[in-house]
Amino acid sequence: MSTETPSTADEPTDDASDDTRPPAAGTVTQLVTAAVVVVLGGAALAGAWNLGLGSPSKPGPGTWPALVSTALIILGVLLAVAARRLDDAERFTRTSLLVIVAVGTMVAYVAVISVIGFEIPTALLALFWLRVLGRESWRTSVAVSLGSTCAFYALFVGALKVTIPHLF
Amino acid sequence: MSPVLDGFAVVVEPTNLLYCLVGVVIGMLVGVLPGLGPAATIAILLPITLGIEPVTAIIMLAGIFYGAQYGGTITSVLLRLPGEASSVVTVFDGHALARQGKAGTALGIAAIGSFVGGTLAIIALSVVAPLVAEFALDFGPPEYTMLALLGILLVATVSGGGMLKALIAAAVGLLLATVGRDGFTSAERFTFDSLSLADGLDFVPIAMGLFGLGEILYTLETRHRAAHSPTTVANVWPSRSDLRQSSGAIGRGGVIGFVLGILPGGGAVLASLAAYAVEKRRSRTPERFGHGAVEGIAAPETANNAAATSSFIPLLSLGLPANATMAVIFGALLIQGVTPGPQLVTENPELFWGVVNSMYIGNILLLIMSIPLVGLFVRILRVRPTILAPITVLITLIGAYTVNNSVFDIGLVVFFGVLGYLMKKLGFDPGPLVLAFVLGSLLESSLRRSLLLFEGDPGGFLTRPISGTLFVLFLAVALLPAARTVWRTRTADPRRSEESV
Repeated sequence: MSTETPSTADEPTDDASDDTRPPAAGTVTQLVTAAVVVVLGGAALAGAWNLGLGSPSKPGPGTWPALVSTALIILGVLLAVAARRLDDAERFTRTSLLVIVAVGTMVAYVAVISVIGFEIPTALLALFWLRVLGRESWRTSVAVSLGSTCAFYALFVGALKVTIPHLF
Repeated sequence: MSPVLDGFAVVVEPTNLLYCLVGVVIGMLVGVLPGLGPAATIAILLPITLGIEPVTAIIMLAGIFYGAQYGGTITSVLLRLPGEASSVVTVFDGHALARQGKAGTALGIAAIGSFVGGTLAIIALSVVAPLVAEFALDFGPPEYTMLALLGILLVATVSGGGMLKALIAAAVGLLLATVGRDGFTSAERFTFDSLSLADGLDFVPIAMGLFGLGEILYTLETRHRAAHSPTTVANVWPSRSDLRQSSGAIGRGGVIGFVLGILPGGGAVLASLAAYAVEKRRSRTPERFGHGAVEGIAAPETANNAAATSSFIPLLSLGLPANATMAVIFGALLIQGVTPGPQLVTENPELFWGVVNSMYIGNILLLIMSIPLVGLFVRILRVRPTILAPITVLITLIGAYTVNNSVFDIGLVVFFGVLGYLMKKLGFDPGPLVLAFVLGSLLESSLRRSLLLFEGDPGGFLTRPISGTLFVLFLAVALLPAARTVWRTRTADPRRSEESV
C-alpha cells in the first residue's frame, strides 16, 4: 500500500506513530520463536503418543492431536529456515519491562481476589496502573481508581448480581 | 416471506431496538478509539450478553461490528488517525478534504456510502444466506472437514503477518481445542489432571485474553500521541455534484465489499483496500486521489460496511466464521446455546431473521446518529489511554469471572493476555488462533467421522463431489504461494545475478 500513500508529508505529526515503534528484532529472536514452536509441537506429539495414536480406520483420542502437532513441528522448522528473511517481530526494549510489571499486578490480583474480595485489589490495581504505569497525577489516579471501583461494584454486584467475592 | 416479516416483528420489540442502539453506539465509540478493535470489544463484552436473550445479544454484537466500521471513519477524516484497520485508506482522501475545510462533505459521503453499502449487502444476504444454507443441509462430515480446513487456510493466507506464522497460530489454536475430555472415547487429553481443564478450555477467556488484554499490554509499551483538536465540521450534506461523482464508486464499492466479505479471511479491511484501488485505477483523473477525491472516500467506506454485513453469510448459513470477529460472534452464539449452521434458518427463524433485519435498523441508526455525535466522539478521543487502560483491564478481569463464576478463568485471561502480547510482539496474528480454536472440535469430529465413513481411507474425500472440489481448492490455495515464490526466483534470478556482478 505504500505506493498508494499520497504525499501529505507537509504535516508535522505524520510519522510520529512510527517513531514510537521499537526496532525490528533480529534473526536470533525468530530462531528462538521457531525453537519454542518445535518444542511445543514435540511435547504435544509426545502427549498424543501416550493417548494412543489409533489408526486411520480406528481413530483414537491421540490421532488428531498427533496430526496437528506434527504439522506444528514442520511449521516450526520452516520458520527456522525462513528466520533470516523475516523482519516482522519487534525487539524487546526497556519499555517491555512495563508489561512484566503490569502482568505482575494482574497475577497478584488473581491471587488475592478470592481471599479478600474484589474491591481493594480493584482499587489498588487501578491506582497502580494510573499512577505508576500511566504517570497520571495523584489526584486523577485516586479519583479514577475510587470512582471506577464504585462503578464496578454498582454494575457487577448491584445490577448484574454476579457472585464475585466481595467484602460488602 | 412470512419468516422474514416475523423477523421485523422481532426487531421492533423495544428491548431489541434498545440493544441495537446500544450496540451501534458502542461500535462507533470503539471505532473512534484506536487500539481496541471490534473483535476485542465483542470479546470483552461477551460476559454481559449471558444475561440477555440470544436474539437480543447477537443484535447488539452485530451492531458493534458494523458500527465500528463507521466510527473508524470519523477519526480518519478529522484526525488522520484510522480507528480501525478497515478505514486506513479513508485517511488519504478524507483528511485531505478535511484540510480543505470539507470535513462535513467527507463524513456525509462516508455515512451515505456506509448506509447504501450496508443496506444492499443485507438485501443480498437475505437472498443468498438461505440458499447457501439449503444447499449445505446435505453436507456431511467430509464436506465440513474440508470447509473448515479451507476456511482456516484462507484466513491464514490473508492475515496480517506472514502465512507461516498465521499457520503456526492456527495449529496452536487447534491443539488448544483438544484440551479436555475427548467426545468419542471420553479419554482426558492434555488436562494435566486438573479438574478445571477437564471440560476443556472455554472460548471466552481465550478471546478476551488474546484480543482484549493482549492488545492493552501491547499498547502499554508504545506511547500514544495526543489527539489534535479537530477541524470544525459544518455542512454535512454533500453537494449534488459530489453525490453524482461518488455514486458509481458507491455502487462498485458495495459489490466489491459484498463479494470479499463472504470469502473467508476477506472481510472489511481487504474490501476497503480493493475498492479504493479499483476506483483509482478506473478514474480518468487518478492524480486527484489522495488530494480530496470524494470517490476515494465513497468506495472504501461503502465496501467496508458491505463486507462487514456479508461476512455474516458463512457464519449464519454454514456455521463457519469467516474472520476473527465472526469467530467471536460464533462463540457468543455457542454460549447462548445456539449452534450456527445450515439448520439455523429453518430451526431458529426468529433468530436468523431477527438478526438480519436488525441490520437495516442499525444502518438507519448509524446514518441518523453519526453526524450529530461527531463532536462527542472527538471529545472522547481526548480521554488519555493511560486512564482508559486500567478501566478496560478491570472490566476484562471481572467480566471473565462472571462467565463461569471462576477465578481460574481470570487466570486464563491473564495467561492468554500474555500470549497475545508475545504474539503481537513476535509478528503472529492472534486471529487465526482464535478462529482455529473455535473450529477445532468441529474439524476433529468431522475428520474422525469421515475416516470412519471411508473406513480409514483418506482418498474417500475425493470420491464425493463437493468435498473433492473443496480439497482441490485447498491444495490450490496452499500451493499457490509456494509456486509463486519458485516462479519468481526462477524468473528473477538471472537478472539479479547479473546486477550483482
